[in-house]
Amino acid sequence: MAFRHETLEKNVILLLVLSLLVVTIGGMVEIIPQFFVENTIEHVKGVRPYSPLELAGRNIYIREGCYLCHSQQIRALRDEIERYGHYSLAAESMYDHPFQWGSKRIGPDLARVGGKYSNDWHYAHLRNPQSMVPESLMPRYAFLDETPLSYDRIADDLRTNIAVGVPYTKDDIANAIADVESEANPDADHAALLKRYPKAVVVSKTGPYISEMDALVAYLQMLGTLVDFADTSEEKLDR
Amino acid sequence: MPTKIEKDSVTGHETTGHEWDGIRELNTPLPKWWVYVYIATVIWGIGMFVLYPAIPLGSWVTPGILGYSSRADAIAGVKEMAALHTTQMQEIGQKSFAEIEKNHDLMEVALTAGRITFANNCQPCHGPNGEGRVGYPALDTDVWRWGGSIEAIQQTITDGIRSNDPDARNSQMPNFGGDKLLTPDQINQVADYVISLYGKAKPNAATDAGAKLFADNCAPCHGAKGEGSREVGAPPLASHVHLYGDSREVVVAQITHPRMGVMPNWNKRLSPAMIKAVALYVHSLGGGE
Repeated sequence: MAFRHETLEKNVILLLVLSLLVVTIGGMVEIIPQFFVENTIEHVKGVRPYSPLELAGRNIYIREGCYLCHSQQIRALRDEIERYGHYSLAAESMYDHPFQWGSKRIGPDLARVGGKYSNDWHYAHLRNPQSMVPESLMPRYAFLDETPLSYDRIADDLRTNIAVGVPYTKDDIANAIADVESEANPDADHAALLKRYPKAVVVSKTGPYISEMDALVAYLQMLGTLVDFADTSEEKLDR
Repeated sequence: MPTKIEKDSVTGHETTGHEWDGIRELNTPLPKWWVYVYIATVIWGIGMFVLYPAIPLGSWVTPGILGYSSRADAIAGVKEMAALHTTQMQEIGQKSFAEIEKNHDLMEVALTAGRITFANNCQPCHGPNGEGRVGYPALDTDVWRWGGSIEAIQQTITDGIRSNDPDARNSQMPNFGGDKLLTPDQINQVADYVISLYGKAKPNAATDAGAKLFADNCAPCHGAKGEGSREVGAPPLASHVHLYGDSREVVVAQITHPRMGVMPNWNKRLSPAMIKAVALYVHSLGGGE
């Protein structure tokens, strides 16, 4: 029997069965790889969950829509590697909920901005970007400096992240508020903070209170600094 | 059911035979060329599946017979690019600054590489021409905090100032106001003396009192005449170039709650040869010693 489209059009049950088949295949192709998503994450050392202050800064980054102009993903392209550094790894955003890869670069990529400038530069630049980069299009975020950071519920933020798979410990949650205050105070003892969150950057608090800008700077200053690339061979990453 | 297929007199096409309220539909199938292109793209697609990584199979992906990987591709591109100037950058890495400066061609490569790298990395703080900003030293003047020789510049770029690097240049100005080492009145007197060092005030009773305090508190680092010390990166005060400004208010603020700049260490981002190139470029901006 020669197949004619007319046969399909005129046989409702057959149309239904075949449609279901097509949708099933499409669904399988989209859903099944998710079960194996762990396989796409490189095994590299150094990536840790965000410290509470960084997490608070990340929330501000999302709230202010920074991702609308800044990507956080260095693609595996020669010119990007030369400008921004090593291409981004999946492992580097495995604790990002949601990820901040972005798809627009009105401003530069921020995936490895951590440590590139001093804390003071970030404060001055966030207050008035044109004072540091005259041709910049970035709006001013001076109000972040004038807004005290609300962190009394930061432990709940950590718990929410646990619910989606970020391995914070009981110890992390119990010390969440203390860690925020420690990371925002240059004169505090940071041993406990750095033990829980290695490479966390202590910010230079400028006001009488911990401001939203302090949190944002802590977040910006750790971006892309966690993975020890000296310990990671290209062969291992190239899959 | 098609009932009556007939030729349309206007277009010359056949109708489908359907009729709705006197409206008949022309039977105009897709152009043949379009159908063939469509089939060709499907075949092309199958070819891509065979050649490139395509089908995820749990812990494994069909690698494709070309064995392509965008990551390997990008790294190969970076290496190829590096190979293009490998001889010259290697020479820059190996030779001493004096040797590089004598070699005109090599110097040109170093200055070009240095200029581009400076624009990418240093400009946001030090300005497009190294003219500096408030809090970020000008590199085109002959006033240096940690030294203006090429070697000193190289070390500053490599390890940074007050950075996280273990070899970073480090120093701290005491918090004279915050830690109550001096009273506000004393700070004002010292400030009067400091601004007299560069001619912003005439010596008088206030500066005399300040001079005494300066000798006791500031001279160990900034020098008896305010000439500064590169051992500890203490800026020269008897100078017309000032990091945070030369007004009396700025001086009072600096003594009360000192601001101290941070320069990142670049040894994690730039190769030693590239740091040498940047050092040569910075040295060439006009202030180098």
